[in-house]
Amino acid sequence: MSKQYGYLALFESAPAIYHAAQSVREAGFKKWDVFTPFPVHGLDGAMGLRRSKVPVFTLCGGVIGFFTGMFVAWYMGQFDYPLIVGGKPFFSPIFPFPVAYELTILLAAFGTLGGMFITNRLPMHHHPVMNYDKFRHLTDDKFAVVIEAGDELFSESGTREFLESLHPAEIAVITDEEDE
Amino acid sequence: MPRRPIIENNRNFTWITQKVCGIVEGRTPMWWWVAFVVSAMVASFTLMGLIYLVSTGTGVWGLRNPVFWGWAIVNFVFWIGIGHAGTLISAILCLLKQKWRTSINRAAEAMTIFAVICAGIFPLFHVGRVWFAWWLFPLPNANAIWPNFRSPLEWDVFAVSTYGTVSVLFWYMGMIPDLATIRDRVPMIFEERMSKAKTAFQQFFEKFYFGFRKYFYGILAMGWRGSNRHWSNYEMAYLLLAGLSTPLVLSVHTVVSFDFAVANLPGWHTTIFPPYFVAGAIFSGFGMVLTLMLPLRAIFGLQDLITQYHIDCMCKICLATGSMVGYAYGMEFFIAWYGANPYEGFAFVNRAFGPYAWAYWIMISCNVITPQFFWFKWARENLWLVWILSCFINVGMWFERFVITVTSLANDFLPANWDYFSPTIVDIFTFFGTFGVFGVLFLLFVRFLPLLAFAEIKSVSKQADVHGHH
Repeated sequence: MSKQYGYLALFESAPAIYHAAQSVREAGFKKWDVFTPFPVHGLDGAMGLRRSKVPVFTLCGGVIGFFTGMFVAWYMGQFDYPLIVGGKPFFSPIFPFPVAYELTILLAAFGTLGGMFITNRLPMHHHPVMNYDKFRHLTDDKFAVVIEAGDELFSESGTREFLESLHPAEIAVITDEEDE
Repeated sequence: MPRRPIIENNRNFTWITQKVCGIVEGRTPMWWWVAFVVSAMVASFTLMGLIYLVSTGTGVWGLRNPVFWGWAIVNFVFWIGIGHAGTLISAILCLLKQKWRTSINRAAEAMTIFAVICAGIFPLFHVGRVWFAWWLFPLPNANAIWPNFRSPLEWDVFAVSTYGTVSVLFWYMGMIPDLATIRDRVPMIFEERMSKAKTAFQQFFEKFYFGFRKYFYGILAMGWRGSNRHWSNYEMAYLLLAGLSTPLVLSVHTVVSFDFAVANLPGWHTTIFPPYFVAGAIFSGFGMVLTLMLPLRAIFGLQDLITQYHIDCMCKICLATGSMVGYAYGMEFFIAWYGANPYEGFAFVNRAFGPYAWAYWIMISCNVITPQFFWFKWARENLWLVWILSCFINVGMWFERFVITVTSLANDFLPANWDYFSPTIVDIFTFFGTFGVFGVLFLLFVRFLPLLAFAEIKSVSKQADVHGHH
């Protein structure tokens, strides 16, 4: 038995999806999404998305990296095995700076990529939208709005009428079932 | 004056997808096999050279008093410099909102990664006992001694390994949406192929091959589905990685230059080295990007995506960075005279008129004179000329590193210590082979991964503008 996941409205152009997204947002839907083959400039604003949380992960990675670099140089050079080389101090924040700097960037980069996966809940190799028979076009040349059945304002007929008023190329029912 | 379009002939989204995906979805062309086999054979020279080196000792590299930094370090700096153009294109040009970068950034980033791999071979084996190379990293070992963090060579270990890793992360993240597109096209292409497959064996092969492709692209794409909620985080992450890679790329060649500049040797001990090395790295990298992209553009018919405008931009960057390098050569001479240090003064006169004058003048003619042709539109539009000039840039930048490394070491303070350095056949084999290593990796990339960042190309096309066609 397949459960309805929501309605999908297909659009052919970037301006069309932009205006559709504005209308869906104004209608007050909460559980909905837009699918585009490339990042459409200005669409975040049209959807009313908040600023991404990825920078938090980047900052955490960077801070951990910097202090790891400094700590490693202090621990190894001053604490664990002090060794005089060239009459230089066992530890100083100056000479391990390149090492701490590189580790800042390294861990910040891992934080950024990891943060992107965590905030997007990826990898997720199956999603109901992938059941749509023209899903292939959503990563190629077409655009879609999906309103989920779980939304408070969702109704079988009302949502369909609303989507039709946006003049999409077609409307499809998305079912929540693996098509194997 | 209207801006030149980034995509010519108003190509639509479908055309762009088809064009770029077609490269990895079509049958393997004959030239690819020929190039692959030739590259693999060339790569075997590195393998032979290294096997002989490891089984005998670094003496086979022509390293002897006073030159212990011979070709290995020259080649290391040469390859790592090549990589810098990729990061410049993907990071700095992204922050500067240079939209033309989208057509060339993927291939340039791939070039970066493969160049770093080739670069890494040299210091790894230059340490002598390569099986102890892991001592470079701060890992506990039986001697209980830790790496010396006061040494620029140790900074370099961190700089280069970070550079390689972050370049891979950036490259991979940029590829996720394009891999998803290829993943979604697998069933369609499979049906096309099956309808053409006549014998049972062909059908079995297609089933096997597309089974592999389904999982290969499926796993790498991480379930990307083009959701705008995802794009929002993705774009932020991309911007942050660009912001992180920018100080990284500037720091990597700066740290490489510290390897020289921190030493007290005449000709090395100069403060101009960090900016001069970075400019040279970007110069050599763009030379390599042009050397690689011009043939690919012709072979795959990508003229509408990599247009004359892109080639102009790359030539102008070569001109700018090449002129900076030329300025640095002049400034080095000036400071050597103005600094009134007789050893420093001798080092530079010796470079230009001493036993290595031949290398110095190859360097000057390739690096300073060659890019000056790019002032002229007729030169930038003659693609054969651009390609030949880009090859000269590659040659010139190798000689720059040779001049810096070898002339300073061979003729330092006391004439009693002097000697003339010559490479051995093992040096030549090992270096020659790295072009094969690079070629093998680049050909595999061309065949299996999206050559152009087509999701990004679409986003800078005219039709992507949500406020209608301008």
